[in-house]
This record gives sequence, C-alpha cells and structure tokens, in this order.
Amino acid sequence: MIRILGLVVLVAAALAAPYFFYPIFLMKALCFALFACAFNLLLGYVGLLSFGHAAFLGTAAYITGHSMKVLGLPPELGILAGTAAAALVGLVFGWLAIRRQGIYFAMITLALSQMIFFYALQAPFTGGEDGIQAIPRGHLLGFIDLTSEIALYHFVLAIFVFGWLVIYRTIHSPFGQVLKAIRENEPRAISLGYRTDHYKLMAFVLSAALSGMAGSTKTLVFQLASLTDVHWHMSGEVVLMTLLGGMGTVFGPVVGAFLVVSIQNYLAQMGSWVTIIQGGIFVVCVLLFRRGIVGEVLALIRKLRERQARTG
Amino acid sequence: MKHSTALLAGVAALALSAGSALAQVSDDVVKIGVLNDQSGTYADLAGPGSTLAAQMAVDDFGGTVLGKKIEVVFADHQNKPDVGSSIVNRWIDAEQVDVVVDVPTSSVALAVQEITNRKGKVHLNSTAASSDMTGKACSPTGIHWTYNTTALANGTGKAIVAQGGKSWYFLTADYAFGHALERDVSAVVKAAGGEVKGVVRHPFPNQDFSSFLLQAQASGAQVIGLANAGADTINAIKQAGEFGITQAGQKLAGLLVFLSDIHSLGLQTAQGLQLTTGFYWDMDDETRAWSKKFAAKHNGAMPTMVQAGVYSAVSHYLKAIKEAGTDDGKKVVDKMKELPVKDFFARNATIRADGRMVHDMYLAEVKKPSESKGAWDYYKILRTIPGEEAYGPMNPACPLVKG
Repeated sequence: MIRILGLVVLVAAALAAPYFFYPIFLMKALCFALFACAFNLLLGYVGLLSFGHAAFLGTAAYITGHSMKVLGLPPELGILAGTAAAALVGLVFGWLAIRRQGIYFAMITLALSQMIFFYALQAPFTGGEDGIQAIPRGHLLGFIDLTSEIALYHFVLAIFVFGWLVIYRTIHSPFGQVLKAIRENEPRAISLGYRTDHYKLMAFVLSAALSGMAGSTKTLVFQLASLTDVHWHMSGEVVLMTLLGGMGTVFGPVVGAFLVVSIQNYLAQMGSWVTIIQGGIFVVCVLLFRRGIVGEVLALIRKLRERQARTG
Repeated sequence: MKHSTALLAGVAALALSAGSALAQVSDDVVKIGVLNDQSGTYADLAGPGSTLAAQMAVDDFGGTVLGKKIEVVFADHQNKPDVGSSIVNRWIDAEQVDVVVDVPTSSVALAVQEITNRKGKVHLNSTAASSDMTGKACSPTGIHWTYNTTALANGTGKAIVAQGGKSWYFLTADYAFGHALERDVSAVVKAAGGEVKGVVRHPFPNQDFSSFLLQAQASGAQVIGLANAGADTINAIKQAGEFGITQAGQKLAGLLVFLSDIHSLGLQTAQGLQLTTGFYWDMDDETRAWSKKFAAKHNGAMPTMVQAGVYSAVSHYLKAIKEAGTDDGKKVVDKMKELPVKDFFARNATIRADGRMVHDMYLAEVKKPSESKGAWDYYKILRTIPGEEAYGPMNPACPLVKG
C-alpha cells in the first residue's frame, strides 16, 4: 500500500516538476539518469565495469543529430536510429570485450571507445570540434510540436520511464537472476550449465542500446551533438553518477545523475570550483558511504527492520 | 462622433506611451553574462580575466544605463557545449540575462549563437576562433569582436610572405580545425606568391613533436606554420626551441597564439615566433594606461587580446543601449552596427552587416630575451594589417549578407 502511494506521489511529482523547476535542467538530468541506469545494469547486476560507455551515448547522439538535421527524419525515427546504432556498436564492443575480465575488460572498452572518439573527431559528418549544431526538434508523430519545452519534457519523461521499466523488468526476470548469478560467481554459473558469455553479451548490448537512447534524447533536448558526448570524461562521469547514487540499486543511478547534473548546473557560477567540489564529493562518498546514497539508505532501512523483527 | 475620436486619440496616446515604456530596459536591469572556461585550457587567455574586463567596462560606464543598474554574472562552461547551452538557456529564460559575452571553444560558441539568435538576445563573442560565426552561423544579434581564423590566416600568411618568408611547411593538427587553418593559410601564401613545400599531420592532441619537427627542419622551408591550437601549439613551440629550429634560421609561424601562451612558454623558448594579434598592451599611451589598470586587478598579468576585446565589446554595447534607448537585442545590435567603434582596442573599426567587427590587426614577433625590457615586454609589432585586408570580403553563406 505504502509502495503504491509512493509511486503515485513520484509520478505526480515527475509530471508537475517542469512547472516548478527549469525544464531543460530536468530533461538533462533525466537523460543522464537513463544513461546511468543503463550503465548500472552492467556494473551493478553483471559486475562488468565498462569504461567506454561514452561511445554508445555519443554514437547515438551523432546518428540522431545527423539523421534529423541532414536526412530530415522525424524525432521518433531519429531516436530509433540512434538507439539502433548504439546497439550495433555495443554488439561489436561486447563481442570483443567480454572475453576478458576485470581491469582488462575496462581497458578494452576504453580503447574501443577512444577509437570512436577519434573517428568522431575526423569524420566529416560529425563536424569535428564544432559538433552538429542547431538540430531541429521537429514534430513528434507529425503533430506534437517539440519546440514547446513542456511537451518535450513529457516526451523525455516517457522515454526515461520506458527505459527504466525495461531495466527493472530485466533485473527481475529469470534472465536477470542469471546475470546476478554471474556477478556473484561466474564459474559456478558456468558449472550450472549457463553459457555465461551469451548472457553477458546480451546484457552488454541492452545496456549499450539504452545508453544510446539516452544520447539520442539528449541530442533532441540540446539540439546539438558534440565531442563531449564521446570523450572519455563522459565514461568517467557515468561511473561517478552510478557510484554516488548507489550501484546495484534501481533508484541509485537516478539520484546520482540528478546530483551530478545539479552540481554542474547550479554551481556553474562558482567558476573553477565546480570540478573541485565534484571531486571532493566523490572522495567523501568513497570514504564514508561506499554503497552510495541509495545503497546506504536501503542498508539503514534493512537494519531497522531487522532490529524491529528481533525486538518484536 | 467627436466623442469617439477623442477616445480613440486617448487610446492611441496611451498605447504610444505604453509602447515607449515597454521598449525600455527589460526587467529593470541590464545583465551581462560572461560565459567561458574558468579552470581549463582557456582559463588563462580568457577566464576570470574576461569577467574582470567586463566588470571594468561596466564600472567605467558608471554602473548604470538609462537609469537602470548594470550587473555582471559569470559561469564556467567547462568547454562542454551541453553545459554551456543549459547555462545560457537558464540565464535567458529565468535570470534576465540580456547579453552573453566571451565564449571560447567554437562548439560552445556556435551553440550559444543559435540560442541567442532564437531568443533575440545579444551574443558578443571575443574568444572563439571559428569564422563560421559570421559565415553560415551568423546571427542578427551576434557580433564577433576580436579575431577569427580568416584574419589569422590572412594576417600571418600574407604578412610573412611579404616579409620574405616565401617557402612554407605546415605542422597540422589532424582534425577539421587544423585542416581548415592549413587550407586557408596555404591559399593565402600561394596567392601572395609563396610556395608550400609540404605538410605533416600530427594526431590531436599530441605530446611528442620531435619526428614532425625534424621533417619540417629537413624540408628546408623558411617558415614552419603551426596549424594547431592550445596545448599542441605550446608543445610544438617548446620542442622547436629544444631543437634550436629558430636559432638555425627557420621561422615559426603560430596561427593561434595568445599573450598568455608566450608568458607561460617564456621568451627563451618562444623567441622569433611570428603571430597575428588583434591587440597588444604596449602599443601606445592609451593601451598602456588601460592595460596597467587591468593588470593591477589581475595579479599583474597583462590582458590578452580577447580580454581587451571583452572590455571594448561591452563598452560599445552599453553605449548602444544608451543611444537606442532600449535593451532589446535586435535594436541594440543594429545601433551597435550604426555607431562608430572607437577606443583603445578597436582602430579604424566598423561592424559589418554579418556581425563581424572589422579592425586593424597586427603582425607581431616574439622578442629575444635580450631585447625584452621587463615583465610582459614580449612583442615587437612588425606591421599593422588593415582590417579590410585581414578579414576579407563578407561570406555569402551568411543570410544577412545581401547579394
């Protein structure tokens, strides 16, 4: 009952938010929240630390930008094209990278995503340093004008909720159980007869596709796609968001993304202090609450319940 | 009948007065937003110094215009277009910012140009290099103030050939910006009767230039053109100094070099480098007077051309508001184009229809340590390049340029 009530409040808050907060800020936060959730699927539930997720975000951003600006596709097809491209890149990356574990896996994903970065820097259609600018937002399904920020916000919210539900469903399916089994003990999962490489690859592609969806949506919001999206800083930022919020929790990455984006947005007036504050928060988080914000809260609730069960 | 005419006249008069009241300063404040890189690669050449320059312009103007307060705010875009674009959107939508100034990094500058154009606010760009700002991305409310790649190519290319540097070899950063710079300068060099002996492309970004510099040295060209920017240019100059390339008689031509870069390189390494600049602090009494005032508030650091450009642009903007009697973006920019630009920074200056502020540029050579008389005494001005020659004709790709 409390759970349903909480959900209703959350949905109402999400729908009403653009009337109280600045919509572009909210949309940016939602895009990054989806990106972090997709990343968390891999890190939190399969135990794979990818350091190349910017490649999926960026590839999708460029493909969406190019297909909408130059080919004139409507936004829904633009986003699908971007997502599909990211899934394809994810398939190639994943196929290569899952053969190795731990730090080697991270390094392979980093190396591959740097290749995408240099490709984006050189390829004529990406506009190099300038990026793709002034991408038209267009009309959703031909009749919803997305230049209205409120309309766009609800569209972005819908995409986020869709992506989040896909992840939620995946985690709580038998497939998700196998993923968690792989995370806990891969040799045991193999000995039980699971072809773990297949599972890992599927999770990798799913994560890449959802990251791509976040990138495509971000392109629509800012009307630009640039090298920032494929730079390795972006891969680092998503790790930061996920760890801050709490990896391996469904809400953690969302909280982390909102926190990091808020810091970037509202502290921009502090000039050079932004990155220092961000670093400071990360250090504090790692030292004091390693499970991340949501992770710590959940642990606290669990502890209280246990105590209650013991006394009561 | 008479009654209704009187009423009509009354309504008209009311509408008129309401109209003129509306046409004045929006939200009772003129807010200047300085958007740049406060902590990264471009923090020294623009950064907090640009914010200071904008504040100085406001203070020298008296702090108010049309009886309303002038405020300066600033933010760090971290060289990320999405961060920059969300800041500018918020500034305009929620914080009554009327003009965005400075904006280094072409990807961010182009994004800001797009937003300000759409929302009818002013964009006074001083630090971005891309000539697209007044080409296909030109805007009726955007002015590109201090320099652009065309002026750098024309200035450095033409002037060096005229000084006898006929044969060139390019060290080019291997991406769109480097290619464009190399192409523009090559065209200028060839048109002026020089020749291009060869090109070597280096990855971007790059740390080790030794093999590229040796190729450039072996080519025997008189001039080595550095078609790159930022840390790449600095590394290339440093390593050229270690190889003694300039002492051996070849000249280095930097295309995108700022006074702050020379300061961090030191004269020993940078000596003999030729470059184009839009401003140098030690040119005459006027520039010295302003620059010393600036340096006193900036830990002794003299202004770069883009910082001085911010001061000049903001001053002219405030003057135009006073003349136009409004802070409406389009009207103020039209007035800015109409009024003559004249201050310590802008010589023989006009603002063209495409938003390009055309002014005299200077070909400078970095002094030898023995020639320098003290701190920040870095440049010898070799030649004044008239604005027309530096910036060339307007680009027909800009929709504001008529036939």
